[in-house]
Amino acid sequence: MTRILLILLPAVALWLAACGPAEDASPPAKIGGGSGTERAAVQVLRVGNGAEPQTLDPHRAEGVPESNILRDLFEGLVGEAPDGSLVPGAAESWAISDDGLVYTFTIRADARWSNGEPVTARDFEFGLRRAVDPATLSVYSSVLFPIVNAEAIVDGELSPDQLGVRAVDDRTLEIRLNDPTPYLLGLLTHSTTYPVYPPNLDEHGERFARPGKLVSNGAYQLSDWVVQSHVRLERNPHYWDGADTQIDEVWYYAIENPDAELKRYRADELDITDGLPYNQLTWVRNELGDELEVAPWFGSYYFGFNLTKPPFKDAKDLRTALAMAIDRDILTGRVTGAGEIAAYGWVPPAAGYTGQQRGWATWAQAERNAEAQRLYAQAGYSSDNPLRVEVLYNTNENHKRISVAIASMWKEVLGVETSLVNQEWKVFLDTKNRKEDTQVFRAGWIGDYDDAYSFAQLMHSKNAQNDSGYVSPVYDDLLDRAAREPDAAKRIALLEEAERVLLEDLPIIPIYFYVSKHLVKPWVGGWTPNVMDRHPKKDFYILSH
Amino acid sequence: MLRFAIQRLLGAIPTLLVLITLAFFLIRLAPGGPFDTEKTLPPEIEANLRAAYNLDESLPVQLGRYLWNLAQGDFGPSFQYRDFTVTELIATGFPVSLRLGSLAMALALVLGISAGTLAALRQNRPVDYTVMGAAMTGISIPNFVLAPLLVLVFAIWLRWLPAGGLGDGSLRFVVLPVIALALPQVAYIARLTRGSMIEVLRSPFTRTARAQGLPTRTVILRHALKPALLPVVSYLGPALAAIITGSVVVEQIFGVPGLGRFFVQGALNRDYTLVMGVVVFYGSLIIALNFLVDLVYGWLDPRLRHG
Repeated sequence: MTRILLILLPAVALWLAACGPAEDASPPAKIGGGSGTERAAVQVLRVGNGAEPQTLDPHRAEGVPESNILRDLFEGLVGEAPDGSLVPGAAESWAISDDGLVYTFTIRADARWSNGEPVTARDFEFGLRRAVDPATLSVYSSVLFPIVNAEAIVDGELSPDQLGVRAVDDRTLEIRLNDPTPYLLGLLTHSTTYPVYPPNLDEHGERFARPGKLVSNGAYQLSDWVVQSHVRLERNPHYWDGADTQIDEVWYYAIENPDAELKRYRADELDITDGLPYNQLTWVRNELGDELEVAPWFGSYYFGFNLTKPPFKDAKDLRTALAMAIDRDILTGRVTGAGEIAAYGWVPPAAGYTGQQRGWATWAQAERNAEAQRLYAQAGYSSDNPLRVEVLYNTNENHKRISVAIASMWKEVLGVETSLVNQEWKVFLDTKNRKEDTQVFRAGWIGDYDDAYSFAQLMHSKNAQNDSGYVSPVYDDLLDRAAREPDAAKRIALLEEAERVLLEDLPIIPIYFYVSKHLVKPWVGGWTPNVMDRHPKKDFYILSH
Repeated sequence: MLRFAIQRLLGAIPTLLVLITLAFFLIRLAPGGPFDTEKTLPPEIEANLRAAYNLDESLPVQLGRYLWNLAQGDFGPSFQYRDFTVTELIATGFPVSLRLGSLAMALALVLGISAGTLAALRQNRPVDYTVMGAAMTGISIPNFVLAPLLVLVFAIWLRWLPAGGLGDGSLRFVVLPVIALALPQVAYIARLTRGSMIEVLRSPFTRTARAQGLPTRTVILRHALKPALLPVVSYLGPALAAIITGSVVVEQIFGVPGLGRFFVQGALNRDYTLVMGVVVFYGSLIIALNFLVDLVYGWLDPRLRHG
């Protein structure tokens, strides 16, 4: 009896959840008053923010939840407009030398820390030196390697004050680079480049990023932090652009489970969600369609091959056959279904960059299947001697559905025998990284900065993230040349050439490009979709409702 | 009595040591480490991190260091939440869990004992069947099913109560988690009380009390209830353990920042020190409370006290 109940109850619960009364949608005219633009008296924004932030120390942070909060607390030299374009941040202007190797920034005269002290070039110098200092234990310091001596300092060979960053005076900061790095300005929006208030560290040591201690230079300051519950930010009263900032208080809630998050959103406890449960997508579309915000996101979902072992070592034909036999339109249309973009290349759509793809990307699926069968046979496999392959993914409903669909496509088109293995996240990372037991693994990558190089570098033979074990001297050389190339157009051409080489070798199977998915309450103003999915809260406002 | 108490307390030390050692090795046996993230670290940075958290030492040395620090009340730094020490995290998480747990326990006792007594007094009548039927259902519904249902009904449809979180810490926010945590225990306690109450009501001393003409109320409250509660008291230890393990699930579902949530997230993140801290803390707590239950039992049952 108990067992039957145990089986029945979740079903009943699901049924109840599915046929619950629709949200009593308040008449739209009410929101924003008669004019539709009337602001609410209380400007408080409550945001679902995924996992609990690991730290609010900008130089030690690594994950998306931390970055979201830090973007409001701190301001880098360069800032981001709501649409994601780069705008002056704490620096009001900058000059780039002709060879592209020296950037000179002028700090705003009215930039202020949350305690009213001026933000100076020396604070930035202090911050960047601290970020590369091995003692800081920054996990993202490698993004600063384009700066002169940064790599040697992280390796402990030079001292932090030898970094190619110099405060010429209180308002002038000079950054020297190893190679022209056209994406440097985008990089300077990253939390690793934020300044910290030096007396903060003297006074409180490494654990200075706490309420009542942290001094920040962004639109907001830290007012409360309850681990595993929320982080609350209040306005920085001294922020230079305070007049244009409307939200007075931001609550970031740590809710890693999208189902729980959706419930709290439906109960009006959240204004914006961090994501959406995939299994409720249809329900959300039907019931909350007007509040659903889906936009292209700078991320690539793919399957990687382990190139260090058979059967995929030196087996380009086989890899190509497997890549071609996947019907991506079915995957994005029926399996994921949030509007993901079928991917035939590695780099997601990026400004000023032409994404590459193989010729077969434009074929009909039937043609691809025929060619895949030919390549599969050529590689020595047949129905008597099918390929037996293991696909590894981290435990997650969405990855499971995609893997099952791909396995059945491989089975149907080629006769491949696929076994699916799921592992808990940390076990998965460990297995994938060791490259011992993996054959095909599920992976995804979200670019750190809005530039094709953020993706291209991942497949460089020296990149620690290169879990396929892809080694191509041609590819490495193209990337190294792109890094040194001062001419923007030529550099892009080199990166595009590199992507063509990569797709010819196919160490990975591109599957789809991500979309960001959020629910946004109708009374939230200022929501602007952008490809990096970054939403500084100072640009938001709450309509009366 | 005092000697008995001291003996029990001393016996707890080896238990704790075994617990710590087991937990220490078990968490490290799990594949993956605290610093494995989506973004693979350059080797030199990973080496720095491991050295900073003493993970580069041999396991026995790490264990020794842990025990030495623990003896001085230091649970170490959290590997995951790098701005906090484990002691700080336990200090913020425990009051939250304690509030939830003690409210759930109180609710379970009050409801369970009343329902059980009522059922016993109306044995084999509709009231009895209703109460016991409800108890059976309560035992059968796991809290991971009950909790989302409560949220759906009371937070989303009726909008009476919050769907999750701690909010401003007011009572509204703990109502649903407390109910989700307490209901299975209400059911157990009701069944226990009913069974032993029926037995006590049939025993000679109750009959004597009745024969003396005492009103039913006095018979039940003054004479029958105390002996009838003995099984309930001995169930307090397991109930506490059930509430603690239940809180791991319930806190996670409601997003309540208590120790249970820290434990789950700590295990997923391979936050060795945080998981160890919660294990040691709860382990000590359960040992201490079992000890208290023994003392209460002695007070309730004169045979034990004078035996």
